[in-house]
Amino acid sequence: MLLLSLIVGASIGCAAGYIGTLMLSRRMSLVAGPLGHLALPGIALALLYGFDISAGSFPFIILGMVFIWLFELRTKLPPEALTAIVFASGMSIAFLLLPIEQAEAALIGDITRVGFLDATFSVLLSLFVIALTKMIYKKIALISISEDLARCERIDVRRYSLIYLLNIAIIVALGVKVVGGLLTAALVAIPAATSRNLSKSLVEYSILGCLFGFLSPIIGILLSQSTNLPAGPLTILVSTSFFVLSSIFKR
Amino acid sequence: MLKVEKLSVVLDGEEIIKDLSFEVKEGDIITILGPNGAGKTVLLKTLLGIFPYQGKIQWNPKARIGYVPQRLPFIKDFPMSVEEFFELKGISRRDAARLLNSVGLKTGISRKCIGELSSGQFQRVLVAWALAKDPNVLLFDEPTTGIDIKGEETIYSLLARINKEKNLTMLLVTHDLSVVYKFSNYVICLNKCPLCKGRPREVLNPKVLEKLYGEEVKFYTHHKH
Repeated sequence: MLLLSLIVGASIGCAAGYIGTLMLSRRMSLVAGPLGHLALPGIALALLYGFDISAGSFPFIILGMVFIWLFELRTKLPPEALTAIVFASGMSIAFLLLPIEQAEAALIGDITRVGFLDATFSVLLSLFVIALTKMIYKKIALISISEDLARCERIDVRRYSLIYLLNIAIIVALGVKVVGGLLTAALVAIPAATSRNLSKSLVEYSILGCLFGFLSPIIGILLSQSTNLPAGPLTILVSTSFFVLSSIFKR
Repeated sequence: MLKVEKLSVVLDGEEIIKDLSFEVKEGDIITILGPNGAGKTVLLKTLLGIFPYQGKIQWNPKARIGYVPQRLPFIKDFPMSVEEFFELKGISRRDAARLLNSVGLKTGISRKCIGELSSGQFQRVLVAWALAKDPNVLLFDEPTTGIDIKGEETIYSLLARINKEKNLTMLLVTHDLSVVYKFSNYVICLNKCPLCKGRPREVLNPKVLEKLYGEEVKFYTHHKH
């Protein structure tokens, strides 16, 4: 059981940290925040009816992405405002569906009770996300730097952005297993931020993002075993400690 | 190389460019002169196919376009070495080093982090980046002057040299008059509507310039940008 949760946590963490290095750019970081919260109603439904919480959250994340996109197109409000709206609505729906005393797993995750089939599936999906991210990495980096330059290179910006967003949706849906809907954004953002402090090149940046994403859940879950505290928040706090250290040793 | 007829561009309901026609021949250096907000950058981006337009833009089928943007503010979001920046375009390290040399940068720069470059160096990197894959047309948005290191060639003499060596056609956006006179053989004065076009010494006179830049004052008092 412990080994399974370590493997699942590490592989999801690694994939999240890797794709996180693409999302840390100014234009993308705001996407990460609300997505975990969007997953909450899905997690609530999954807990109520007893199916996999990642499977429950995935359609809600996709739905939420479409909503954010439509709102942004229609209202031209700053993304911060939309984030706040989405965040609050996701939480509210979740609490309507789920009594608050049952909400813990939805909010902060419960990786320690992962089954074998579930684990296999999560690891395979994580590897899939890593492979797909590697494939589109340079293109997305160029699109994030300048859509104009990307278009001049005849990169199909829409197609790559769609693959990228789908990738993010998958990793957020997986992430809720490890740290819950409230903390998923941190799973994606903190390892990347740590890595940025220490990197001078894109290669270092992406590898270190993956590495810190890999290490944090392992240490978090082990700490959870010895302290009996929940693994999700511990994982995030381990990740934060790496970040604090990296800020001190920033190159 | 390029033929533009009755080009109009409307963005968010505002007419940015109105009824512009001109022609570019191979090897020409064309400057697009005008005050801020005159639609110069929009024109370049429209020629690149980024914005929708009315009218006709006809590139020679053999045209391969390189584009040097004015700024890349988001590039600092990624820790990235110069050679990795070239890899985003599928350019090998060796080719990147060769291109960097050709714009007057030393070989050691390819390992440097983009964030550590001076603005002059960064502009040269952008020029080298645009020159990769061997374009025959270069679109350049506001080359900046006065940032060049002493004793080295200026960005303009660099461009003039490239123009000669490769018979590269160039379209430059600028608001610097001296550049227009010294460097280009054709100028388009643009302030939403085209105000003049032709050989700089023939078409530019105080009256045209007053009209061109006088508009700017009016423009700024109406809209607070």
